[in-house]
Amino acid sequence: MDRREFLKQTIRGSVLAGSSVFWGGFRGFARAAVPAGPPYDLVAVKGGEPEAMFDRAIASLGGMETFVPVGGKVLVKPNIGWDVPPERAGNTNPKLVARIIEHCFKAGAQEVSVFDHTCDNWRRCYKNSGIEQAVKEAGGRIVSGDSEGYYQTVSVPRGKRLTETKVHELLLDADVFINVPILKDHSSSVLTLGMKNLMGVVWDRGYWHRNDLHQCIADFASFCKPTLTVVDAYNVMKQNGPRGVSVGDVVPMKSQIVATDLVAGDAAAARLFGRDPADVRHIQLADRMKIGRMDLNGLSIHRIKL
Amino acid sequence: MTGRHLKRIRIGVSAFFLALMAALFLDFRNAFPPEAVQGLLYLQFVPSLLKFIHAAALGAAGFILVLILTALFGRVYCSFVCPLGMLQDVIGAVGGRKRKPRFRPTPPHHLLRLAVLGLTILGLLAGSGLLLNLLDPFSGFGRIFSDLLRPLVIMANNLAAMVLEPLGVHGLYQVRWAVIAPVSVAVTLATLIPVAWLAAKHGRLYCNTICPIGTLLGLISRMAIFQIRIDSAACQGCGRCERVCKAGCIDMANGVVDNSRCIGCYNCLAVCPGEGLRFDRRWKRQNAAPPKPGRRGFILNTTVGLLGIVGLGRQVPPVIQSRPTTIPERVTSPVSPPGSGSVARFTATCTACHLCVSACPSRVLVPSMFEYGASGLMQPRMNFHAGHCNYECTVCLNVCPSGAIRPLDGEEKKLTQLGVAKFIRENCVVYTDNTNCGACSEHCPTKAVHMVPYLNTPEKRLVIPEVDPDICVGCGGCEYACPTKPYKAIYVDGNPVHQRARKPEVKVLDETVDYREDFPF
Repeated sequence: MDRREFLKQTIRGSVLAGSSVFWGGFRGFARAAVPAGPPYDLVAVKGGEPEAMFDRAIASLGGMETFVPVGGKVLVKPNIGWDVPPERAGNTNPKLVARIIEHCFKAGAQEVSVFDHTCDNWRRCYKNSGIEQAVKEAGGRIVSGDSEGYYQTVSVPRGKRLTETKVHELLLDADVFINVPILKDHSSSVLTLGMKNLMGVVWDRGYWHRNDLHQCIADFASFCKPTLTVVDAYNVMKQNGPRGVSVGDVVPMKSQIVATDLVAGDAAAARLFGRDPADVRHIQLADRMKIGRMDLNGLSIHRIKL
Repeated sequence: MTGRHLKRIRIGVSAFFLALMAALFLDFRNAFPPEAVQGLLYLQFVPSLLKFIHAAALGAAGFILVLILTALFGRVYCSFVCPLGMLQDVIGAVGGRKRKPRFRPTPPHHLLRLAVLGLTILGLLAGSGLLLNLLDPFSGFGRIFSDLLRPLVIMANNLAAMVLEPLGVHGLYQVRWAVIAPVSVAVTLATLIPVAWLAAKHGRLYCNTICPIGTLLGLISRMAIFQIRIDSAACQGCGRCERVCKAGCIDMANGVVDNSRCIGCYNCLAVCPGEGLRFDRRWKRQNAAPPKPGRRGFILNTTVGLLGIVGLGRQVPPVIQSRPTTIPERVTSPVSPPGSGSVARFTATCTACHLCVSACPSRVLVPSMFEYGASGLMQPRMNFHAGHCNYECTVCLNVCPSGAIRPLDGEEKKLTQLGVAKFIRENCVVYTDNTNCGACSEHCPTKAVHMVPYLNTPEKRLVIPEVDPDICVGCGGCEYACPTKPYKAIYVDGNPVHQRARKPEVKVLDETVDYREDFPF
């Protein structure tokens, strides 16, 4: 970074730091109310490359401008949990992540940050997933999620088992939160989807695992509602998830789901995978807690085949 | 020759080595290329010697080069290469700069020196490298930097990152702490404090009393071909050389230099106003009188005695889970790092320099307490409560200077079984709480830990872990991820001799998707 850039960022950062102190945490979600609202609840695309599918999906929702205000701060949260290369489909497709960032900037975003609290060593995950490079090339900022110092305690008022947890400060700071899970088989939670991907913004996952994992996943979704959830189902790990053992676990499905309703997005992705959403207990619990809708009937769905 | 320029060369070379070695041990961002480590540490005497004993090869012959250099020029190792020696020079330069005269000739402590060297060798012959590991200057330096300074550097980094990040500057990032090993920190302090005190007050007295490498090289350097001597014909008797001699080995009164104690810093050559000091071939001059053995002796107090303060057992973390687990993990063997082959081989070769502890990106390598037995004190072990061994990572395999951890290629490492996961069903959340968990299986890179049906109710379909020991590599992912407290429901029991795991069977899914088909919703 040259000196001018440093000064620019410093001044910009101080103004924002000041304003976020003033507004307190969570200013983003309050402001995420969109003027007109997107024309569909859910868009499902298949048959294209990740970038092309996202282009079509977001266009049919009125473009990224529908979600990202000019000058807004965006957090994009892919799954970068594992030290595996892109073809193993253990992490979100880097091309998709890059394209989402590009759309955010086109819509006028001031900054786009990306992080995950990884399971394997974070530096290796960021690098070998291809996501670090993709983010940098798209002009985004890739940030560490590997130190407890980045996490702040929040309360989860509607939580049944999870009543408070520590979340990454970037989540509290963002105006727009785009959740970008990859669809996978999962040894703990049957499938890993949008709600499960939110485990990567918290510090202590062990608490969830020992206190009714599915309930905790649903509880956290009652607190943290992404502006948009983009489920990457381009390459799908259908066995040995979530880390996978070899490329033999992966089936190319060339699909993508974009939803404003996190639960509906997860339900649709479960169907894509070939599972009944009700088999995934946290989807069912979230539906019962009225966090979103598991029943896809009655939703306005735009289906696109490329 | 007078060799006035030699001091400047020495400072240049030693500053280069010291800076690189300090950077190597403090490198918490893993910026140091592992391939460069072997070259940098090639001349480190003890690691190289141990490596050679266990696998004689040119790559392990650094100590032979040091012996040859010593036979030629005296103990240049102590001033040009030894990191603890150079650290003492820095401490001495800072701590003793106001004292005048800086140094005085000291009586030699030959009995003490030889006794320490003898005990160290006896220990080795008896099968315990503990004393060597405690006294090896390279490993002592490594521990000072890895166990004491590195946490401070990380603290400074994290504070700086906390200030800069809100300003939008992300060049720094906060770094997680490694597990603190209290014994190792205590032993390291017990090394640093006396060494630093001696360095500030008495120059290189440590190197000429305690350090077994200094003594060993001293036995050779007294017969070195090139030596420093006082040319009594040319000497004006100003005594400047005596006052700058960190080793206290110049005796003006008798006109002799004790070359067994001379550490080759060449400070004396730089201050001699005339031609009174010469650095030249030994057979050019008459034999000096043999030095008198010292009467005073030091008490060997620095290390072993202080081990007594060790009784700071590992604290059991506070219980959060509603049902604390009751069955302790039954570990029969510690887990030695990949590439070490076996616990016996590892403990016989490792000097506890803690370079692998510093280098491990997953913070899973931690100085041991008594897991390897008392003799293996501070030798690193895999601590799966602190982290897990990243399946694809090979960093530690390439940095070990003593060959205690030997290089393995990536594929070989992935088949090396360090230990085997053991499941304690009664501790498992699925069993105690009837809720799904599966954190262990998530982390397993080979799916040796996989989930099998357990209970099936309309509300919940429970699955519980099962271990296939044949394909388990003992990476500890399961143990690290297991959330139960205070005892884990799954843990890795070490293999005293590393085994070869079976390669996980690759089942290729043969599914094709017709993209023209309708959506299933």
